[in-house]
Amino acid sequence: MTRHIPAGESVLEGDNLDERPLLTLGDLCRSCTVHAEWVIELVDEGILTPAGRYHEQWRFYGSSLTRVRTVRRLQRDLGVNLAGAALALELMEELEALRRRVDGGSA
Amino acid sequence: MEFKDYYAVLGVERDATQEEIKRAYRKLARKYHPDVSRETDAEAQFKALGEAYEVLKDPEKRAAYDRLGGREGERFEPPPDWDAGFEFSGGGYTHGESADFSDFFETLFGRRGGRGGFSGFDAGGGFERGGRAHGQALHGEDHHAKVLIELEDAYQGATRTLSLQSAELDPQGYLRPRERTLKVRIPKGVKAGQRIRLAGQGGAGVNGAAAGDLYLEVEFRPHPRYRVDGRDVAVTLPVAPWEAALGTTLALTTPGGEVTLKVPAGAVGGRRLRLKGRGIPGTPPGDLYVELMLVTPPADNEAVAAAYRQLAEASAFDPRAELGGNGS
Repeated sequence: MTRHIPAGESVLEGDNLDERPLLTLGDLCRSCTVHAEWVIELVDEGILTPAGRYHEQWRFYGSSLTRVRTVRRLQRDLGVNLAGAALALELMEELEALRRRVDGGSA
Repeated sequence: MEFKDYYAVLGVERDATQEEIKRAYRKLARKYHPDVSRETDAEAQFKALGEAYEVLKDPEKRAAYDRLGGREGERFEPPPDWDAGFEFSGGGYTHGESADFSDFFETLFGRRGGRGGFSGFDAGGGFERGGRAHGQALHGEDHHAKVLIELEDAYQGATRTLSLQSAELDPQGYLRPRERTLKVRIPKGVKAGQRIRLAGQGGAGVNGAAAGDLYLEVEFRPHPRYRVDGRDVAVTLPVAPWEAALGTTLALTTPGGEVTLKVPAGAVGGRRLRLKGRGIPGTPPGDLYVELMLVTPPADNEAVAAAYRQLAEASAFDPRAELGGNGS
């Protein structure tokens, strides 16, 4: 699996966003193209749980990126409110965990 | 271009009320929403639904559509006076990010406005999707892509070459496809679904502003032998009845290299042996679970058949003891 990389060819190293919470509120908003106010609503609803006490100190795990987008789609496409989206999200994640256990994540 | 029967897509009569249309859409949208649906063609179905609803929910568009007539799949050209007596408030397609509506829709109601994302696939399995800029943001857009790796890459770390396609606005304001190649280090110990951020590798900033970031979501290529759950890895190991009954020592190939596995005497099928720390590396590392599966040799020659008969005689074993005994 390894091979030599010619000199001068740069290899990018990234941050793993799911080992430690690294994303700021601003990062999350920009990446998902949503407003901070709406992300704060998701935090209030318990859909996202950032580390840190105040908005400026909040740090999110990378999994928040998926959650934000999924909630936005559910809200827009199916008209569910935030509480409903939170419930759907939990059930979807539970289902996914069960499927992974059954077929080893090949879904 | 083919005519699309939007009423059939939503499964409603042509004289359905707006309420009936909304109910039908909501019901089908829940069934086919790509986030929740397991239907194989969910995405295509959901797009078709969205397109049908976009027209039928809007009394103006619906009235215009009703004037057309036509049957599903029929060849269709818009009448020359199309649009003459109608004015569509709100223009074309207004919401949604995933769908490009059909030519039929776009001919009648216009193309969606704004610059959308663009996605493409490449040999490395990556695709990149630009978010949509909003307002006057000058910061470059963040891009998102998936990268498929082998389970072994998570054990050892790997360097992946991604060729990413994206669309960019040229100085004249046209969307132009752009392809670029990136070499990315996939860190050892990465788990499926984890995301890696490459700062400054997203869309270019405007007027000297910072570029956006590139987010890579790591997925494992399904492995014929191993099942992965977080950092834990499971493998099924076939064993002969005598190996399970008497115990044995095997050299087992794992994604992290060869290990010596002791199958204890008296093991039964379905038993899981844990090799601590032999899962995906990390702090803490995952475990490797070896699930024993008993396989029995066929009695395809006289010697084996005789051995089976001898075993039956020697053993008082009743496989149906839990069901109430021998004949049940």
